[in-house]
Amino acid sequence: MDQQQSLWQFMHQESGKLLQQTLEHIGLTFISLMIAVLIGLPLGIYITRHKKAAGLVLGAVGILQTIPSIALLGFMIPLLGIGPIPAIAALFLYALLPIIRNTFTGISNVDPVVREAAVAMGMTNAQVLFKVELILAFPVIMAGIRTATVINVGVGTLAAYIAAGGLGEFIFGGIALNNTNMILAGAIPAALLAILLDFMLSLVQKMSSRKRRLALWSMPLILLLFSSFYVLPLGFSSKLLAGFTPEFMGRIDGDIGLRSIYGLKIRTVVISDAVMYKAIFDKRLDVISGYSTDGRLKAYDLAVLEDDKKIFPPYYAAPVVRTEVLQKYKELAPVLNLLSGKINDSIMTELNYRVEYLNQSPEKCARDFLVAQGLYKVPREGTRGTIRLGSKIFPEQYILINMYAMLIRGYTDLQVETKTGLGGTKICFDALTNNKIDMYPEYTGTALLAILHPATQQIKNLAGDRDSVYTFVRQQFTEKYHLSWLPPIGFNNAYALMMRRSQAQQLHIKTVSDLTDYLNKNKL
Amino acid sequence: MNRMIEVKNITKSFGGFAAVDNISFTIEEGETIVFLGMSGCGKTTLLKMINRLIEPTSGEIWIKDKKIHEQPPSVLRRNIGYVFQNNGLFPHYTVAANIGIVPGLLHWDKKKIAGRTADLLEKLHLPPAKYLSAYPHQLSGGQQQRVGLARALAADPPILLMDEPFGALDPITRAHVKKDFSQLDELKSKTIILVTHDVQEAFELADRIFLLDKGKIVQAGRPEELLFKPANEYVRTFFEDQRFQLEVKLIDPTDYTSLIKAFTHFKHRPS
Repeated sequence: MDQQQSLWQFMHQESGKLLQQTLEHIGLTFISLMIAVLIGLPLGIYITRHKKAAGLVLGAVGILQTIPSIALLGFMIPLLGIGPIPAIAALFLYALLPIIRNTFTGISNVDPVVREAAVAMGMTNAQVLFKVELILAFPVIMAGIRTATVINVGVGTLAAYIAAGGLGEFIFGGIALNNTNMILAGAIPAALLAILLDFMLSLVQKMSSRKRRLALWSMPLILLLFSSFYVLPLGFSSKLLAGFTPEFMGRIDGDIGLRSIYGLKIRTVVISDAVMYKAIFDKRLDVISGYSTDGRLKAYDLAVLEDDKKIFPPYYAAPVVRTEVLQKYKELAPVLNLLSGKINDSIMTELNYRVEYLNQSPEKCARDFLVAQGLYKVPREGTRGTIRLGSKIFPEQYILINMYAMLIRGYTDLQVETKTGLGGTKICFDALTNNKIDMYPEYTGTALLAILHPATQQIKNLAGDRDSVYTFVRQQFTEKYHLSWLPPIGFNNAYALMMRRSQAQQLHIKTVSDLTDYLNKNKL
Repeated sequence: MNRMIEVKNITKSFGGFAAVDNISFTIEEGETIVFLGMSGCGKTTLLKMINRLIEPTSGEIWIKDKKIHEQPPSVLRRNIGYVFQNNGLFPHYTVAANIGIVPGLLHWDKKKIAGRTADLLEKLHLPPAKYLSAYPHQLSGGQQQRVGLARALAADPPILLMDEPFGALDPITRAHVKKDFSQLDELKSKTIILVTHDVQEAFELADRIFLLDKGKIVQAGRPEELLFKPANEYVRTFFEDQRFQLEVKLIDPTDYTSLIKAFTHFKHRPS
């Protein structure tokens, strides 16, 4: 099993990426920190002079702090698009509160007698500020900057969701791929970075008052120096820009396969699938790694590039259930199988389109579909036991889970508890094996490559065949994890490369090989 | 004698309450004036209006025939020494740096500042070698107060304002510091205004005492005038408790008239 390498081997093998991500991470942290200091410090000073404004300003930045970081990044995308700018803007907003609050507190806590003495001796306002207040408030202000730095290192991992890079690429890629080494390769450097910066700033904070003025004046230079790290690592460039999800980046049937089997050389940013489609529609990206049943395919008029060398294996969805539950509640399996064969690719795309683009709730979408199929029954409100349904964090899974919940409630006396939004494959799978949920819908290809990790030869033997992959996965899951695969639902949500239809037509790109040729011919 | 400070109809109101209520007076060059009164009488407010730490609601103050409100406050203050009750030393500055603040603001050259600093410390019985590079928190209360005085005197200002300068010291330290102060030659030529609520201290130091109550000067005059010719009942009762000690302080045994004055007063004293 070639993936059973040590963390050290992984980090060594990916050292180039690791270095780049670390530098990007430091850069992101310090660019946003610098802006936060440039704005927060004067603002903090201002509100010590205008105490009436203090409550308002501190309240406003306090509210910003309570916005969940993922949501804040989400708000940034319509305003600032993807890439480093929205990431820096979000980190900047998080860094503001500690800096403003500590500047305000630090200066307010300067002994009023000392301040009055400074005034009484004939110091001007600026002299009182720079020679007395800022120097005496220095430890408190530095504590604020320290807090902001540590927050930024932590929140900075989320920058990977919107194509801004940083150590989050490994962390989210690792979570999506069920690759612990990859998670740790991102998480450990991020933690070390936070500890190291915190320690260095603690030394600055404890500086004797004599050296403080020097520190105060050299701070902008140091911030600028670290900020420049973000621009240092420049990869090669290409005429088109690709945005791939963290999961896609680390998969053999993803970026790795594209590079090794197709020889595709394209400048790539890592981005969350939540914002990827909008980004390609807005022409911020040219190629994305999407899913073939995604509703946004229809909404944004994207063209799927044909996988002419067959690197994307089949991804047929089917419920994976804990075998004990099936044995305990014999009525469950037949009910779950009601859906089997009812949803093909185009139906699933249509359902996804309704939820993702027409903003229907997954519940309404699921119910309408079941009613149309004549499968819907009024819930029996039974009390026989509880089935816990889990789902990954995207609409297709929400729709399927809602359908299963309605079927179970309508056809059996079982109760249902749904735990939707369990992140990626790893989280769902771990929840299932740890008896936190009883079932979730999984895809054959994902199970094969992200969970089972078979040897390369084994994958070749399966040759991307629908039935052989399903059979292999089902057998392995039963043996290794005591989990049962029920019959496939019908659709194949495979990975696919997508481009805007208009651009693909204009450049005469229909297959992934066409794309590779185009890029090779049009090198910058 | 030349007129140093002239205060004309000065009033300071805080939200309708007049802390200082239409006060006028003049102070001659070289005089030591004590603003005496109980807490809340307006004496500190009055003092702080002289170097514009507090701006008056109405009225004018003139120093050496110049209106203080027509000068930048920082320039005005650099020529007026100020001593705080709780020393107000910069905790992040050494003793030398603290003393050198005002000369530095006035752009004296470094050698001159160093010389002046060492000189002042010497005069205040703080050996420069030992104390120049000490920080305020390393000093005792009495030492801090001496440094506070040195700082106020550093640029040799003609006027010195002192806000309860001995108020925070214990009685023994206070006696020592007062003795050092009174022996300081350069204080003799300065116009000094000192705020206190300590009657004994006022009688020891003042050329003239301004007794304040409710924002007004109840009586202004030499100590013996306040004691022997009280303007009203308030002044009389103000000194009643300590009358004997104060009278003893005023008696000069070589001066016949003072003895007679004191004696007649004792005779007429209601018992």
